[in-house]
Amino acid sequence: MSEKSYAHEFKKGVLKDNPVLCLLLGLCPALAVSTSIELALGMGAAVIFVLTASNLIISLLRGQIPVTVRIPSFIVVIATFVTVVDMTMLAFLPPLHRALGIYLPLIVVNCIVLGRAEVFASRNPPAISVVDGLGMGTGFTLALMLIGGIRELFGTGEIFFMGHTLLQVNIEPAMLMILPPGAFFVIGLLLGLINLLRDR
Amino acid sequence: MENILAIMLSAIFINNLVLTKFLGLCPLFGVSKDTKSAMGMSLAVIFVMTLASASTWLIYTYMLTPLNIRFLQTISFILLIATLVQLIELIIRKHSPPLYRSLGIYLPLITTNCAIMGAVLLSIRGGYSFVEGIVFGISAGVGFGMVLLIMSGIRERLELSDTPKSLEGVPLAFITVGILSIIFVSFFGRIPL
Repeated sequence: MSEKSYAHEFKKGVLKDNPVLCLLLGLCPALAVSTSIELALGMGAAVIFVLTASNLIISLLRGQIPVTVRIPSFIVVIATFVTVVDMTMLAFLPPLHRALGIYLPLIVVNCIVLGRAEVFASRNPPAISVVDGLGMGTGFTLALMLIGGIRELFGTGEIFFMGHTLLQVNIEPAMLMILPPGAFFVIGLLLGLINLLRDR
Repeated sequence: MENILAIMLSAIFINNLVLTKFLGLCPLFGVSKDTKSAMGMSLAVIFVMTLASASTWLIYTYMLTPLNIRFLQTISFILLIATLVQLIELIIRKHSPPLYRSLGIYLPLITTNCAIMGAVLLSIRGGYSFVEGIVFGISAGVGFGMVLLIMSGIRERLELSDTPKSLEGVPLAFITVGILSIIFVSFFGRIPL
């Protein structure tokens, strides 16, 4: 594998095959925890870890797992890493753990993770699978932060990150953007915009 | 009895799985193109969700809690749901071919349906009793089915209407769900529970 193809695999996950905005995978967490950039980053970090670690393990075991029981085996590997993240976050970042709620254990049924295991990691060597996991995870995180940023900006009038106010606009905050309907509108319009740009 | 009613109303309307918790969006967009398959999917989800909440409650209360291994809940629940779906598929195929024909193709999709896992986790975190858990499972499933049916009705109409080209399909479906979600969010606080 040349260096160029590692870069290619990484970029593919971020741009062309962005899991949320292009493949429409992992929508549940993308909408649920995208009320602010900070929360989006926390969820993204958890997904990057689970995706990369499970891709590595599944890729290492790709010759050993019998084809007929591959899905349950993948799920066990993924669930193990989700439990690791869950317990680590509970120990070191309890406020984030509380804010993510049930969406943290729900990474188990996130179609991105199982999808990458099935499509990529079970057919490719470990190094490139790790890069694929990192790329897809980063793409997911960036999409989440984009949705989170838009919702936070219009919903509260400012973007707050790590104790600093990054951006402040003088508008009447629209509560609706923080509430669930805002998430549906933002992603619907974003997907429409992507279609529009692609058609040009 | 009052408690049971409160759980039902809350799970169907106020805390609707799809519109306020964002669970089960994949089947919502995948099978809401026509009313018939939406009906099949809804019934399959209600069925599995009820059984899943009952069986995970038993596992959680009589196995994970006494042995003090609650941290294994994610792994054990997902395996339990996967096994349950396989088992139901086998039983229906053997005993009721007509039911299998209408529900069968939706069952494998349900294993990775986050609505089931989400409902199970919510029911465990809600600290419900066995009966309350079952009621929650049925109601959450009914709430999901209701939104799926409403969506399929709207989408059948949308197919025929003149829409902006870039919004066709999924983007417009999202905006439709957003408008539906406003209706459900406004139930919040209206019903004193």
